[in-house]
Amino acid sequence: MLLESFYSDLPKIIIASEDILTPGDQPRVLIAMNPAALKANIADLEPGGTAIINIDTFTAGNLKKAGYDSNPLKDGSLAGYRIFEVPIITLNRNALAKIEGMTQRQIDRSGNMFALGLAFWLFDRPLKPTKEFIAKKFVKKTKVIEANHIALQAGYNYGNITRRFQVRYRIKPAALKPGTYRRVTGNQAIALGLVTAAKKAGKPLFYGTYPITPASDILHHLATMKNFDVRTFQAEDEIAAIGSVIGAAYGGAIAATGSSGPGIALKTEAINLAVMAELPMVIINVQRSGPSTGMPTKTEQADLLQVMFGRNSESPVPVLAASTPGNCFYIALEAVRLAVRASVPVFVLSDSYLANSASPWLIPNPDDIPNIEVSHPTKLNSDDEFLPFKRDTETMAPLWAIPGTPGLEHRVGGLAKEPETGDVSYLPEHNQQLMEERLEKVEKLADVIPEVPIFGQTKGDMLVISWGSTFGAVRTAVERLEKSNMVASHVHLHHLNPFPPNLGNILNQFKRILVPELNMGQLSLLLKRRFPEHTYLKLNKMQGRPLMIKDVLDKLKELLGGVK
Amino acid sequence: MSDIPKLTRKDFISHRSVRWCPGCGDYAILAQLQRTLPELGIPKENIVFISGIGCSSRFPYYMNTYGFHSIHGRAPTLATGLKIANPDLSIWVITGDGDGLSIGGNHFIHAMRRNIDINVILFNNRIYGLTKGQYSPTSPQGLRTKSSPMGSLETPFNPISIALASEATFIARTFDTDLKHMAKMIKRAYAHKGISFIEIYQNCVIFNNKTWDYATNRKTRAENVVELEHGKPLIFGKNKDKAIRIKTFEPEIVSLDEVDEEQLMIHDEQAPSAIPYLLSRMRHPNLPEPIGVFRDVQMPTYEQGLLAQIDEAIQKKGEGKLSDLYHSADMWTVESTKE
Ligand code: SF4
Repeated sequence: MLLESFYSDLPKIIIASEDILTPGDQPRVLIAMNPAALKANIADLEPGGTAIINIDTFTAGNLKKAGYDSNPLKDGSLAGYRIFEVPIITLNRNALAKIEGMTQRQIDRSGNMFALGLAFWLFDRPLKPTKEFIAKKFVKKTKVIEANHIALQAGYNYGNITRRFQVRYRIKPAALKPGTYRRVTGNQAIALGLVTAAKKAGKPLFYGTYPITPASDILHHLATMKNFDVRTFQAEDEIAAIGSVIGAAYGGAIAATGSSGPGIALKTEAINLAVMAELPMVIINVQRSGPSTGMPTKTEQADLLQVMFGRNSESPVPVLAASTPGNCFYIALEAVRLAVRASVPVFVLSDSYLANSASPWLIPNPDDIPNIEVSHPTKLNSDDEFLPFKRDTETMAPLWAIPGTPGLEHRVGGLAKEPETGDVSYLPEHNQQLMEERLEKVEKLADVIPEVPIFGQTKGDMLVISWGSTFGAVRTAVERLEKSNMVASHVHLHHLNPFPPNLGNILNQFKRILVPELNMGQLSLLLKRRFPEHTYLKLNKMQGRPLMIKDVLDKLKELLGGVK
Repeated sequence: MSDIPKLTRKDFISHRSVRWCPGCGDYAILAQLQRTLPELGIPKENIVFISGIGCSSRFPYYMNTYGFHSIHGRAPTLATGLKIANPDLSIWVITGDGDGLSIGGNHFIHAMRRNIDINVILFNNRIYGLTKGQYSPTSPQGLRTKSSPMGSLETPFNPISIALASEATFIARTFDTDLKHMAKMIKRAYAHKGISFIEIYQNCVIFNNKTWDYATNRKTRAENVVELEHGKPLIFGKNKDKAIRIKTFEPEIVSLDEVDEEQLMIHDEQAPSAIPYLLSRMRHPNLPEPIGVFRDVQMPTYEQGLLAQIDEAIQKKGEGKLSDLYHSADMWTVESTKE
């Protein structure tokens, strides 16, 4: 169930209810409400894409304000695109003329709705959900509702009636599995996943965090879910946030924190304490462009090595990465499941792009989500004393004994330990043994990690391996290769440590392996470390922007050129 | 459940051998906590000691309770998370002047202001002991240490003043040598709901020996220390013949023979914080240093507030159902299509 869900909600086309359409990748359609919007977004439009220009605003003054020396509609600079000039303001005013008691300003404000209606026509989407949304949002303002409804419909009708648009993008209904859908952003989905996990474990959820872009929304969402016994704590700093999570985990809660790269850096020492005390928790890193403060609102996936290795000494932790906004839900659940099983902090990698963009999410039936088994010892586990670090033979995890349990009083901490008792010990063989045990329990998680599916042929010349939010771009690029009579296969990793158990076998079936990443080669390095027998071709981009289909497609064509 | 077995000091002694230097003030504090805790009537399994790093932070290992020896300065953060996860626990943070006021200074002040119901005991020896003798944030200016061979240049912190400025609701001071008084302060701290802070003057026999001698030495103590008692004047001196009067916002010493009783300052644990602040500024050698409870006021605690919000949310929205949560957005249905 879980495995399938990782792959069931691939992002198709995203229609954003703003004046710019950003289907998550290079948009196919741009609606520029004014010259400034055109200037800021035209570079993103895919070559040959459609730009709808709100011609009413393209006055000399506005053009100048936007920094255009000459009118781009006339100087040929938009030659590579399909341009449609639509007097959106005028058309919208006409449509709303019959509504009484509205000022010109109020009418013009609904121009966005006209544009949205037009977009819905272009993408063949029904207006009903949006109309309902408007009705809900402006409950008592009947006039506003009416105006927005009319504007939306007018835009849609305009698309339908004029014969101008030869293009219409159809979203095949078969593209989405049948069921009830809603939209979620990555941050929302993480919040939903954490709450679900806590509920499935029969525990309160503790979320301790410090505000940071782009992770703060997780806190905002969770703070509204208090009726699920969600205990949110806004700490005084990043270190206090992880400290509180360690305390809550020690107390038996399902505990999580969320931050971004710079905050994770501050939490480093405390994460190692959690590794040493062997407590289960989830640490979410919503990656952003760095290093240092970098570009805090831009996306990047360059903290993989940070979460893998960015702590002193040997500090093995499981690492998961979400691929789509909706997938964040399943990754959060999976993280709690693995954390509890191995009694270890688990990292979840998301990024600014996933966090803030929305994708359709097939609403699951909560009854289909398996429970997360948590057990706390209540009795001594040896004749005369309690051995908190005596390990389960199957999972290698120690016991999760919580304060309040009579007779199991014991001490934990960051000092080196004696096996089983957990008493402080500096004996060389004890240190060696504990290092190995902590590593082994993380590696043993591979026993319960699903095999990674392979997209395309299971054997061949070219395999593309990706992770994180580049999923959609890479998968689509591989799909589109077909048009050029080329083939590649694709594997997308959600489990980065440990790797899925079948990954090695997959790699062996291909001559060449390409690893596209929004960093300078971090997954390649991990692959090289684990499977040194292969060569990893790289595609690295660090521009604070998502990976585009075109980036991958161009690279693949270059590599496969000649191979038919 | 209701019957708590009678506990004794022995129940609180762990099997770990204690590793402080012989003569360290920490021994007395350990012994006194082990003696006092059984009197509080808390089930032993509900007691948790949490520490950071430093000599004092070894404390949890020696208590046969639940214990967490964490990292430098961060104990209050673990205590906060633990208390929120399980408000039934009695949580004791053991810290020192370096751990609590230097590297952990930020956590210290925020734990104070949040009024979470934990007890913070700061062993103040005005030196870094575990790292072998550097000046600390409470070291007096001019103190010569390994890291300040020509004397420390820094103005020391006053822990009680900081706790007051951080809105702590229970603040007390005691000494490692006055066991009876220490026990009293421990019991008062436990009884207080909300944050409780105790500063203990503790002697580091190795790196800062006799730093509190003026206050702890039996010969000089009566002249240099004044005990705060709620509702009573601040009387001190070998012959109990001196008291404190506050005139023009400055405490001053007066002789009981010369001043009418109504002019004396009467200690009030619930006084506005400016008053205990004045008391916290009384420093040797100009004035006797107060021990006892500076402040004890009742305010809603953090965890009570948090649980009340959860109750309120449940009352308003009903106990959370996942399916309702998932469906609380605009939805659409994709019909199954026949091939
Ligand atoms: S160094 Fe000082 S504080 Fe530390 S154990 Fe020795 S005497 Fe006590």
